[in-house]
Amino acid sequence: MNLLTKIWHLYYDGFRSMTLGRTLWLIIAIKLFIIFVVLRLCFFPNYIKEHAREGNEAEFVAKTLNIEN
Amino acid sequence: MNQLHIDLAAVDWARAQFALTAIYHWLFVPLTLGLAVVMGIMETLYYRTGQEFWKQTAKYWQRLFGINFAMGVATGIILEFEFGTNWSNYSYLVGDIFGAPLAVEGIVAFFMESTFVAVMFFGWNKVSKGFHLASTWLTGLGATISAWWILVANSWMQHPVGQAFNPDTMRNEMTSFMEVALSPVAVDKFVHTVLSAWVLGAVFVVGVSSWYLLKQRHLEFAHKSLRVGAIFGLIASLLLMGSGHHSAYTVAQTQPMKLAAMEGLYKGGSDQPLTIIAGINPFQQPDYEAEDEAPLKLAVPYALSFLATNDMNGYVPGVRDILDGYTKEDGTPELSLEQKIERGQCAITALQEYRKAKKDGAAQEFLDELTTEIQENMPYFGYGYVKERSDIVPYIPVCFYAFRVMVGGGCLFILLFLIMIIQPPCGGKDDTPPRGRWKGAFALVCIPVAYIVSEAGWLVAEFGRQPWTIQDMLPTWVGVSQLGSGAVMTTFFLFLILFTTLLAVEINIMCKAIKNGPKGIEDR
Repeated sequence: MNLLTKIWHLYYDGFRSMTLGRTLWLIIAIKLFIIFVVLRLCFFPNYIKEHAREGNEAEFVAKTLNIEN
Repeated sequence: MNQLHIDLAAVDWARAQFALTAIYHWLFVPLTLGLAVVMGIMETLYYRTGQEFWKQTAKYWQRLFGINFAMGVATGIILEFEFGTNWSNYSYLVGDIFGAPLAVEGIVAFFMESTFVAVMFFGWNKVSKGFHLASTWLTGLGATISAWWILVANSWMQHPVGQAFNPDTMRNEMTSFMEVALSPVAVDKFVHTVLSAWVLGAVFVVGVSSWYLLKQRHLEFAHKSLRVGAIFGLIASLLLMGSGHHSAYTVAQTQPMKLAAMEGLYKGGSDQPLTIIAGINPFQQPDYEAEDEAPLKLAVPYALSFLATNDMNGYVPGVRDILDGYTKEDGTPELSLEQKIERGQCAITALQEYRKAKKDGAAQEFLDELTTEIQENMPYFGYGYVKERSDIVPYIPVCFYAFRVMVGGGCLFILLFLIMIIQPPCGGKDDTPPRGRWKGAFALVCIPVAYIVSEAGWLVAEFGRQPWTIQDMLPTWVGVSQLGSGAVMTTFFLFLILFTTLLAVEINIMCKAIKNGPKGIEDR
């Protein structure tokens, strides 16, 4: 058996024989969905990207810090 | 003076949200780091003895490691979201510095960790004993390397080195990766944090093993796990004491205000005693301008001077000394707050002139002069936004009590490990009742205490550096985004619900796994 086949079987058999692991993977999937889809998209936009023109981020920050008018 | 139009309630909510997320994230990290070593030791014992008992013992602790690992994974990413939304000025100014360590963390450590985790869980009958053992240790090493890079980023905020401010891009740019990665603060923080995580892991192992003894289940497994946990915990605790001393020394050099707040030291001097306990009102900032020290103080003579300077008679500045300026041990003067504000305003004015001149197409020579002025005064940039003396004094009661919880807890765990090594609780044999039940109960109680102590360490580190998001360069009210407090408050409570739910799920799964006990080991 070559190395790639061995690696494939390691993961394939490992995932198939999981018991508690199935629950944990389900929790991870739900958590990742909440973090990356719900929280990221709905609640955590990039403030500077939303408020500054592209390429003018430095000016935007400078104005915020009263460095520029 | 620079007047920023910032909603101060938004600053507080943004800080609270960050603290909530970090505290939650830190519930998982130390157990991952601690159990990583324990399961490595157990599997090494299996590798050396070939006994099935140690294999099942290793598998059991790996299962608990896996639950904790799965529940904690990706919880730290939320902190990065908060940087971009709530702390956009900060995030923009430090983006270049943070990018490198976080990228290295993501690429090297995370992938290394995930690969070997798979071999550790799936590879028992598929790879050789030696390769499996190496994978188990490398899983732990990967987690520890991850922690290294995150702590490097945190340490840079506490002690910004290896960087220069670029007035064109308005960013701190890295000039020396090695200086950032190996700064004395980063090294101290890494060693102290990882050792504290090992202690927490050991307390967890001792506590869980004691539970089996109390329940008279899996007695051989419980006795042997308890012994391994206690010896490992004691060694880690003794090393932790040494690293704690070194950390205090580094804090004294780089963040003297934090040390003064930790100690409730308002007027410093030579031959300073270390406070064991004092009567500081936990709900009110003490009057450090009028008092010299905290009331009802019980202290160890000369110990603070030794802790801070490695010299029994060394000089330790208090809060007022730092505000008024003082002379360091080596004879160099430390500027007063007034002088630092002046330097900060010089940096801001020079930066304003630079950016205006650049737009107006001024001569390069003039721009170079302004750049020099900016660089000279940049270490004090944040002071240009400071209005009052109280602005730069952290909330002393939290620093003071959290420090005592941390140190007191550390001493308590040494006692726990010593008891468990010298005279562990005995599980009853042949239906005789177990002896030393109080020791088992004590070990169990120590599990939640270890989490409180571990979080207290972070409270000391993070409350102590207030108001700075980057030490001396960026106060919180400048680093924050110009958001309304309502938006941040909403996500704060959203997180609170989410985190509490996830925590309840984890505790439930973990308790079930513990109740089920190790497989393949006699339940007696």
